[in-house]
Amino acid sequence: MEKLISRFFEIPSAHKLSVYLEQGGFEAAKRALKNMKPEEIESEVKRSNLRGLGGAGFPCGMKWSFVPRNTGKPIYLVVNADEGEPGTFKDKYIMTYVPHLLLEGMILASYAVGIHKAFIYIRGEYEEPCVRLQAAVNEAYEKGYLGKNIFGTSFNLDVVVHRGAGAYICGEETGLLESLEGRKGYPRLKPPFPAVVGLFGCPTVINNVETLSYLPFIVNRSADWFAGLGTERNGGMRLFSVSGHVEKPGIYERPLGYPLRNLIEDAGGIRLRRGDPSGRPYKLKAVVPGGLSAAVLRADEIDVKMDFDSLKTIGSMGGSGGVIVMDETVSMVGALQITMQFFAHESCGQCSPCREGTGWIYRILNRVVSGKGRPGDIQNLLDIGAYLGGTTICALADGAQMTFLSYLKKFRSEFEEFIGGNVIPKGTYANA
Amino acid sequence: MLTLKIDGKEIAVDKGTTIIRAAEKLGIFIPNYCWHPGLSIAGNCRMCLVEVEKMPKPQIACHIQCQDGMVVNTQTEGVKKLREHILEFLLVNHPLDCPVCDQAGECWLQDYYMKFGLYNSRLNEKKVKKSAKARPIGPTIMLDSERCILCSRCVRFADEITKTSEFGIFNRGDHSEIGIYPGRELNNKYSGCVADICPVGALTDRDFRFKCRVWYLQKTESICPGCSRGCNITIEANLERPHHGHGERVMRLKPRYNDEVNDWWMCDAGRYGYKSIDHDRITEPIVRLNGVLKTADWSETISSLLKVFKELLKTSKDEIAVLISSDLTNEEIYLARKLFIKELGLDRVHLVRSRGEGDQDELLIRADKHPNRKGAEWVGFEENEKSIRKLLDDCIADKLKGLVIFGQDLVSLYPDRNVADILHKLELSVFIGSNHNLTSEQVQFALPAATYAEKNGTFTNFEGRVQRIRRSLVPLGESKSELEILMLFADKFGFNWNYKNEEAVFEGLKRSVSFFGGMTYEKIGKQGIKGNV
Repeated sequence: MEKLISRFFEIPSAHKLSVYLEQGGFEAAKRALKNMKPEEIESEVKRSNLRGLGGAGFPCGMKWSFVPRNTGKPIYLVVNADEGEPGTFKDKYIMTYVPHLLLEGMILASYAVGIHKAFIYIRGEYEEPCVRLQAAVNEAYEKGYLGKNIFGTSFNLDVVVHRGAGAYICGEETGLLESLEGRKGYPRLKPPFPAVVGLFGCPTVINNVETLSYLPFIVNRSADWFAGLGTERNGGMRLFSVSGHVEKPGIYERPLGYPLRNLIEDAGGIRLRRGDPSGRPYKLKAVVPGGLSAAVLRADEIDVKMDFDSLKTIGSMGGSGGVIVMDETVSMVGALQITMQFFAHESCGQCSPCREGTGWIYRILNRVVSGKGRPGDIQNLLDIGAYLGGTTICALADGAQMTFLSYLKKFRSEFEEFIGGNVIPKGTYANA
Repeated sequence: MLTLKIDGKEIAVDKGTTIIRAAEKLGIFIPNYCWHPGLSIAGNCRMCLVEVEKMPKPQIACHIQCQDGMVVNTQTEGVKKLREHILEFLLVNHPLDCPVCDQAGECWLQDYYMKFGLYNSRLNEKKVKKSAKARPIGPTIMLDSERCILCSRCVRFADEITKTSEFGIFNRGDHSEIGIYPGRELNNKYSGCVADICPVGALTDRDFRFKCRVWYLQKTESICPGCSRGCNITIEANLERPHHGHGERVMRLKPRYNDEVNDWWMCDAGRYGYKSIDHDRITEPIVRLNGVLKTADWSETISSLLKVFKELLKTSKDEIAVLISSDLTNEEIYLARKLFIKELGLDRVHLVRSRGEGDQDELLIRADKHPNRKGAEWVGFEENEKSIRKLLDDCIADKLKGLVIFGQDLVSLYPDRNVADILHKLELSVFIGSNHNLTSEQVQFALPAATYAEKNGTFTNFEGRVQRIRRSLVPLGESKSELEILMLFADKFGFNWNYKNEEAVFEGLKRSVSFFGGMTYEKIGKQGIKGNV
């Protein structure tokens, strides 16, 4: 299978500009700036069916088209490099191993929309990727690939690398903007959407690292070729971060619509029983297909195609492409407990349902895990969960709700058994 | 204009109107916590969620703007369930300490729960412990973060109205807490307002806490006399349970909405300036005889006072002076003019300040600390500092024999003159005022007057807006309003005035002064009206 972005991960020192150039780097940007009109790039991206790969899967070209061009205000590009979704580590790879690819994508996006100032908001914990990225930005400036008159054209673009402070909510695009502006990362009320009123009150394009990194391929090859890689409305490929109980966890670049079963097999399949002479693998129990916020899938659901629409059809989501594989040794009660610990810890605390609901659910699960569950707990959890999502400013609670209810509904018997027996299950990360 | 339907009722609104505002116009109540018409929209409490047809999720009525043809439902089973659950969420970490909470009775959590609540507790978990329980965050406000629902109204108030930004929300998720930034305290000129806008018992007024349960309060609409702004207020008095107030009747003042004057706010100086209503009052007429102060009854005081007055009128009319105050109502100033100038023919009737200029800001506070200077000016008085100094000099030079003072503390106001000695030299010195001060102790006759909370009348603010004060309490002790005192004088002088009440005096005033022409008490109403200029 052809690799696009991930090809660079195997090339030594591809993070350096010289190596990136040897590999044909910045050709797309040069050609676009010299020979293409901004509108052409936008229409190419629309035709490529490139979806937002940060999690929402919103069509990239359409997002750009919402940006008003004649407000008299500057338009900003903000790169969402916060990558906080548990189980996701693709952007980290891009920024560590081929940061110039991102910069090239940024030049293309900026040229298409008419942007001259871009910010990369990078997750605070990503120290090495940040160092690599900043070095790449410096190199690009020296070479004249950023700053004024890029490639000798009249196009200017300044890039600022901004480190976050480690809050999940700052990956939500408006929370990110607040944080970038120097305030607490509280997501904003919408409308207005950032395309119209974004950073510092100006029209703003917010794209994920991976989304932008596919732009050079689209410009270099063609929109039709890219669209043809994926399914009907899900163009191209994406980087799946496969983790958990597989033999070879890591980044797997596959076309959208690639079956989950094959993806798990590509990752070496479910882990083997070490020391067991039979060498039989463990049995698959559950898979989180698109980062922690996506509804969990049972073992019998893994024939699903890994594109945004197919996953939505079965009640989950493509999300960030973080695939977490869980084998039979995992207690779903314990897994849900730590999942909800995450959401309770990362809720910004702005909206009442999310602030109080995530924490409440987590504390109920704590009690259940510590062996003090009561028969009515499951029904209560379902009731509380029903009002957790769909009622808040941002999608954090929606994600928490989706994943939470999927555990309870798909593995209800395990919860019932557990509460009935009141035993601490194997594999639980109880902190009680 | 665009048209939409809320609960089946059609309404036309301007573009940009939010659903909650449109519903308000229709008389449809949508419960809310974080939304406040005077502050930016936060949209965090989620209490105002309603269903909008063709929208997949419930929408917050405080933020979503009306669209033409929109159909909004606020009374569906779905909305009711939402409200139940939002309230349930808000109470997850709330201490439910209503029996000892001073907000009880005016708490929006209590009120909404009675109306929209779940009535079926499912909470078995321990609550998250918050750091501040009854912690003073400044001279006026007590913080209890356990009770806080994090609506951020106080944060927005300090950011947007006072622009002092003392408040922040610290920590995340259900550990979030309202607090004051390190090294600071809540000590701005409008700090008391955060207790007004806090919908729950998280921010309470240190001055009012535990003085009186709110349901015992009797509320009267009035005007703050603290400066020339004339902020609309409500006087809240405890008359039912006098033992709760330790003899104090007025428990607190609250700002009353008037978008022409003070919006929803009032300053702390005005808010806590009510103490003089129940403290240091002159409750009986006081007469000084041979240097000894004695209380007396009204009739004997008035008759001995008038005996001297009439004598002076006969012998040395131009040696009598009257000091009118801008603390008096329009009606009183009018009657004073009528009595002293028109009927008695005195020349030396001056408008004299009661206090010096104070601070001023761009929000509400005015440097002129008199409530009715504009009114006094329209009735025909102008303040002239020179003439009062000349007056005092005349006293020293034995060129003045009688002086009637309406509350001014001349001893404190003119420390460079020995006012006490001057007063002792006079043949007649009368003080008409509500509270003791250094001057009231030096005069021959001190007559107890009512405070603004004990009388009816009108004040004219610095912009020429005529607004009504209303009697909230009966005058303390033997005190009488200046209006009654002036009418008593007139009666004893033998003038046949026959004013039934303040309103009748106002009728006379408006015939005499065109500025007030066409006004009636009814027209002035609760929000006041501007005079004719």
